Amino acid sequence: MNTKVTIAGVEFKNPVMSASGTFGSGMEYASLVDLNKLGAVVTKGVSNIPWEGNPTPRVAEVYGGMLNAIGLQNPGVDVFIERDLSFLSKYDTNVIVNVCGKSVEDYIEAVERLNDTNADMFEINVSCPNVKEGAIAFGQKADALFNITDKIKKVSKKPIIMKLSPNVTDITEMAKAAEAAGSDAISLINTITGMKIDIERRKFVLANKTGGMSGPAIKPVAVRMVYQCANAVKIPIIGMGGIMTGEDAVEFLMAGATAVAVGAANFINPSAMIDVIDGIENYMRKHNVSDINEIIACV
Amino acid sequence: MFYRNVDEGKVISQEEISDGIFSLWIKNEGAKEAGAGQFVGVYPKDKSTLLMRPISICETDKEAGSMRLVYRVAGKGTKEFSSLKKDDTVKILANLGNGFPVDEVKGKCIVLMGGGIGIPPMLGTAKALFGEDVHSYLGYRNNDTFLSDEFLKYSKVYLASEDGSVGVKGNVLDALRASINVKPDVIMACGPMPMLRAIKKYAEENNIKAYISLEERMACGVGACLGCVCKTVKKDDHSHVNNTRICTEGPVFDATEVDI
Repeated sequence: MNTKVTIAGVEFKNPVMSASGTFGSGMEYASLVDLNKLGAVVTKGVSNIPWEGNPTPRVAEVYGGMLNAIGLQNPGVDVFIERDLSFLSKYDTNVIVNVCGKSVEDYIEAVERLNDTNADMFEINVSCPNVKEGAIAFGQKADALFNITDKIKKVSKKPIIMKLSPNVTDITEMAKAAEAAGSDAISLINTITGMKIDIERRKFVLANKTGGMSGPAIKPVAVRMVYQCANAVKIPIIGMGGIMTGEDAVEFLMAGATAVAVGAANFINPSAMIDVIDGIENYMRKHNVSDINEIIACV
Repeated sequence: MFYRNVDEGKVISQEEISDGIFSLWIKNEGAKEAGAGQFVGVYPKDKSTLLMRPISICETDKEAGSMRLVYRVAGKGTKEFSSLKKDDTVKILANLGNGFPVDEVKGKCIVLMGGGIGIPPMLGTAKALFGEDVHSYLGYRNNDTFLSDEFLKYSKVYLASEDGSVGVKGNVLDALRASINVKPDVIMACGPMPMLRAIKKYAEENNIKAYISLEERMACGVGACLGCVCKTVKKDDHSHVNNTRICTEGPVFDATEVDI
């Protein structure tokens, strides 16, 4: 049974990886999850300099999911390389570094610092809904997305994955812009902008007022968008949004994703990714699928 | 001491000890390793409520391998837990956070302060300090003084109530000020944020070492999501910004190190 997939020349032992921001850099979960079993660890967004993030409360539960407005707190690329990437180098798993910034120059500076590290790929976060400058501003207009993708692609020594926002009218326009500018792959979806109000206190639950929704309730939206993008572009897609089980992951693969990422499920079940990997294999055995690539985009 | 796993807890008993406040004893692997002031994440079974509920460990019985969780029903998740019966199982992420530094304060005059649903973790702390010079100040809304009798087994007890129906009228600091013979070297506290702010100020003014246990909305419980941070005075060693993770570097902090 083959579970290997290839994205932009990088081979993954299986198509299951962490969704950025939900798994730290793997370090925090290493006593609970065998990182060697994962297709990849996608690290929490890192920027050229340390970021404080948003005020608290930063997280809230909603029906069938959660909202977060962390605001991309991170220690900056220098600490990240020295501490987190050296930690990950001890494991037999691919490393995809998620990069964020407030300006094109920020992204480029971080990518240049990361170019000569053990990172296998870069995921470019142009879709975080929780920071005021940068991030999503680059991901909601096709020309801005084309421009930043083009500039990062020119300096990056590793394949790049543009991470797309679902908070747009037509996500296929963004996928096409990323492809046209040379992105090696795309990942989707980032969180869906949401809001929760505490009716007893007559206040927003999150200090940021709005947050990004994730969790199983958003899965149908994500599957639909992966399907649409798979029909719009030829570059590989990493699909994510509410994956809890192997069956959920198979849906994304059938919709056209070459790999999948597991996010909020890690909070609900620390071994969620291992369960998803096992679940995919069980599906393959049950349905006599000898190579996982057979089911990618099969619908 | 370090134990981190998803445990299957088996319910030994549960009772409602006060209006909406439940005392749950469970047997689980992590109980033997749990320290005073640590907490666990309890997962609801209802799939519409996804995240673990962080609940402080009230006390442990190391020989029996069991821990006691005393919590207030505050929403759907805790309402579900309140229906747990003997022999039911419950999934918990144990053990989380650092806990109170009980070994560092021995031989000193130790004041424990608990306010409302912040009282339970102070019971295990009093138990861990049994035999020391421990004074427990417990603050309640009214004369429903849940758990206060149990503190008598391990420490001297001083009560405060907002309505004045029991003990000193006011808060735990009012009760401490009223007991002129108690001169604390160390304060350890858990309770609502205004109480902790007042304790931080009081301790700084009186040159007393204070350890306070903070809470915040959490998602992962293990330091990955950065949901539950607190502002710090200096740059945090892990985050490299003025934020520290309550679930990992806390929930117990030296009061001088946090900006609350």
